Amino acid sequence: MKKQYFLNANIVDPANSVEELGGLIINENGKIEAIGKKVNKNNIPSREKFIDLKEKYIFPGLIDMRVFVGEPGFEYKENFKTLSNAALAGGVTSVVTMPNTSPVIDNVSMVDFLKRRGRDKSKINIYPTATLTKNLEGNNMNEFGLLQKKGIIGFTDGIKTIQNTRVMSRIMKSAYDLNSLIIQHAEDFELAKNGQVNDGIIATKLGLHGIPDYAEKIIVERDLSLLQDYNCRYHISQISSAKSLEVIKRSKDNVNFTTGVSINNLSLNENDIGDFRTFLKLSPPLRTEDDRLSLIKGINQDLIEVIVSDHKPEDEESKRLTFSQAATGASGIETLLSLALELFHNESLKLSKIIQCLTSNPAKILKIDKGSLSIGNDADFCIVDLFKPWIVKKENMISKSKNTCIEDKKLQGKVLNTYIKGVELYKC
Amino acid sequence: MAINNNAIKISQKHLLGIQDLSISDVKLILDEAKKFISLNKSKNKKLDILRGKTQINLFFEPSTRTQSSFELAGKRLGADVMSMNITNSAIKKGETLIDTAMTLNAMHPDIIVVRHQDSGASNLLSQKVNCSVLNAGDGRREHPTQALLDALTIIEKKKKIEGLRIAICGDILHSRVARSNIFLLNMLGAEVNIVAPTNLMPKDIEKFGVKTFSNMKEGVKDCDIVMMLRLQNERMSSSFLSSNREYYEYYGLTPDKLEKAKKDAIIMHPGPMNRGIEIDTKLADDINKSVIKEQVELGVAVRMACLKIFCEK
Repeated sequence: MKKQYFLNANIVDPANSVEELGGLIINENGKIEAIGKKVNKNNIPSREKFIDLKEKYIFPGLIDMRVFVGEPGFEYKENFKTLSNAALAGGVTSVVTMPNTSPVIDNVSMVDFLKRRGRDKSKINIYPTATLTKNLEGNNMNEFGLLQKKGIIGFTDGIKTIQNTRVMSRIMKSAYDLNSLIIQHAEDFELAKNGQVNDGIIATKLGLHGIPDYAEKIIVERDLSLLQDYNCRYHISQISSAKSLEVIKRSKDNVNFTTGVSINNLSLNENDIGDFRTFLKLSPPLRTEDDRLSLIKGINQDLIEVIVSDHKPEDEESKRLTFSQAATGASGIETLLSLALELFHNESLKLSKIIQCLTSNPAKILKIDKGSLSIGNDADFCIVDLFKPWIVKKENMISKSKNTCIEDKKLQGKVLNTYIKGVELYKC
Repeated sequence: MAINNNAIKISQKHLLGIQDLSISDVKLILDEAKKFISLNKSKNKKLDILRGKTQINLFFEPSTRTQSSFELAGKRLGADVMSMNITNSAIKKGETLIDTAMTLNAMHPDIIVVRHQDSGASNLLSQKVNCSVLNAGDGRREHPTQALLDALTIIEKKKKIEGLRIAICGDILHSRVARSNIFLLNMLGAEVNIVAPTNLMPKDIEKFGVKTFSNMKEGVKDCDIVMMLRLQNERMSSSFLSSNREYYEYYGLTPDKLEKAKKDAIIMHPGPMNRGIEIDTKLADDINKSVIKEQVELGVAVRMACLKIFCEK
């Protein structure tokens, strides 16, 4: 590989508190050699070719902490290859995959399979999680130690929550011993039973079973109480309501934990469901506008550290049903950044805060050397036109499943190129 | 009264819910229905307004009165009526609602009447077929023809709706009848009280512009109409309520509770009734107060009106 020079770019690298016009040098091994305002036309060798980015933006490659891939078992929804292409189109260079596959990821041999498939079929960095409990049943804790030795980054039951408090407390103790990362999807099963949408005016109007916001709050509250005794590495996968945020705010001084939020809950609310749009059937559900606004506030107050796409590809057949029968989830990895940039354009969030929640914060939680443009790191990054307008169209989607919840939405800001280890793997 | 064949204009292609209708749509339907009331009492009840038209009744959920009412309405207007009970055929073979819709659409019906256990099913169906769709009840969402026939019954008995105080009592949470009635009665200018135990009260329902009560005597106070809903017994298992006995004590319509309503208050019920659970059996049969039989009778007229209007759309 030849040395590469990118000049005249707006560089945003929250990990190193860099937000300035400058350049980026990538060495022959695909590592970052220099970065920032000191990299300019005057101090690079004159014989070298360089790319003038004309004040386009450079962000570290995004880390998406909540991604469902169909392998194994649901390859018709998404496989490693299609996921990887969709991710690259969205500037995402690292993903944390959920273990809700068929069979589920709950043993060492499955990890070997995943690593092999991930290596052979995808171009992005795959960080697989395994289940918290055997077969997602919520009873018997998994082998956290052995699995993380094999390369598992963290443990979660993905779309399920540990309901049994005793099991949860034991999981925390074990995770404490083994320094394992626990990721909880917070939802009380009985309270959310048969629930389709937020419990409120929309549920009442559409005649759908509601999921009350306290179904989430109760689990958050319970886990944070348990955490006071055994403060293992604990991350709430995503929250959706102001009530949960209040609990988080109260607990921040007592215990260490982190919290995520789906870009869908930050950008949409329950009114967007309209006339039974099944593509907006999500978990956690879209809630009220007040909830959405408090989630944004939560990011600004550093109560929420991570923004995820909650990328959950579902084939058309499982969405072309009545609302209660339709599958839950939306495909969103390729629109994650653009949709998040809407929050910058409408002045809800600062650009560096958005990028922090998509890069350096997840890296810190996962303890990986990604999500930054630090010298010596792999050159995983994306080049973004922050102002380019475009419209989300189903037919232009790269993911194998087209179940986007923002179809026909007008967005501003698009990824132009994505690089991993200094190699350009996507070009708009 | 002469019944003309002139096409009538309605804003919607389908009748999916009261929510979609304008006040003039509602008046159109009710005026049309009034014309059929006397016809239904006469000796020769057959018309040929819908001759040559095909009406398919698609019932995914068991129903006696709504289905027979729609069937009779179609036949009296001269349509070819086909009733399909899907509970035991295609669904068991794994066919989805959309596939069923496509199959039926290929037979070129002029109108489909659908009942389904899922909210929004009629909306989904209406997107996939060429003809008009009439919602005969979808999940907990809407049952528009029931609300229309209730409104017609009230107008027949009280000569108006505007300004009346109407209590809707019982299992509101699971009731599509309640939702449709709230939208319609509100639209027509009634004052609506909702009476239910909090466990059976849908969240934020007061945002629809109704008053909510968990005390029945307070809720029916000075009401012109007391509309009772069927308690869906299967709710008992999920701890919505403790027992039928206790429910009757607090939410069953009994003479002492009815006493709080206006002296000339009438009692309504969409049926089927649980006597001795939500309503005292003598009250249910009291011909001076109960209009439950009239509701059924006017149901046919309302459905004839809907079939006529939407078939011609």
